[in-house]
Amino acid sequence: MPKATNPDDPNGNDGVQIDLISGERMDTLASTEKIRMILDGVHDGNIVILEEGLTPDEESKLIEMTMAEISPDAGFNGIEIETYPKSETKDSSLLGRLMGSNESAAKLTVIGPANQIETLHKDETLISALVSRN
Amino acid sequence: MGLLTGLKDSISRVTDRLFTDEQPKRIGIYGPPNAGKTTLANRIARDWTGDAVGTESHVPHETRRARRKEDVEIERDGRSVSIDIVDTPGVTTKVDYEEFTDEMEEDDAIRRSREATEGVAEAMHWLREDVDGVIYVLDSAEDPITQVNTMLIGIIESRDLPVLIFANKIDLDEASVKRIEDAFPQHKTVPLSAKEGQNMDEVYDNIAEYFG
Repeated sequence: MPKATNPDDPNGNDGVQIDLISGERMDTLASTEKIRMILDGVHDGNIVILEEGLTPDEESKLIEMTMAEISPDAGFNGIEIETYPKSETKDSSLLGRLMGSNESAAKLTVIGPANQIETLHKDETLISALVSRN
Repeated sequence: MGLLTGLKDSISRVTDRLFTDEQPKRIGIYGPPNAGKTTLANRIARDWTGDAVGTESHVPHETRRARRKEDVEIERDGRSVSIDIVDTPGVTTKVDYEEFTDEMEEDDAIRRSREATEGVAEAMHWLREDVDGVIYVLDSAEDPITQVNTMLIGIIESRDLPVLIFANKIDLDEASVKRIEDAFPQHKTVPLSAKEGQNMDEVYDNIAEYFG
């Protein structure tokens, strides 16, 4: 697994890169592009945080593509993923009420290489994770 | 013209229904590794056909290919329900071959992990394309609130598939069916021990009701 390196660090110290990706940026991408971007980041040893997460269908494809890319030879054994549970929406618009919408698809999602990230604690308001460098 | 179109639509609806009803529904048995999916599939298949579906093991990822047992006819209350059982590999987001090296040589462990990853991908594909309903099997002795369980239940719900949650391994001292009911209150939870054959009448009643 390649380590993320800070190019601005004159000492070339290794570190863990964290990519926080806005919902706005994700909205411009097709499903396959989203998953490719996540897995490319994870392959580089980065922690990817999505402001608005993925749809269930995209999550299904993420699992499938992750499985296809697991390689004992390359030291990639999958991903760790955590999301907050869906929360009640504040949508009180007429359309929202008419459509019976009471759930938001937006859910903060943290994804990292399985051999570098370990979830220590998770509840409705907190995800606590331990990230190692290799 | 309108009369002809209406007649054509009516005939089409009737033939669709006839052929649809003749096709057994494909019910996917899903869940995390080691929840007892193959033990359950074998129990159902043996009870109603006399044959088993696959090999059971305490080593995770024993099932590495989705396996279908066709035309399992379950009789309840004087009527019969015909289903195809699809036993799927346990779903996970990670597979580390080192998990298997206590049980086998490294080369075999690497091969097993490769087959396991292919099996999980295949299971996801079945879920998106080929199943008509889902039995989601959980180990009652384990915490049900995991990311994989939450994601999979969400994926199943998003596809509007009928789903039953089976709280397996109730024969274990540490089993807690309530923990599973509380985790997924939106779905019916049926307690059972596939290994010991406990509560199978309720299992079959619910299969007939949900998937018949």
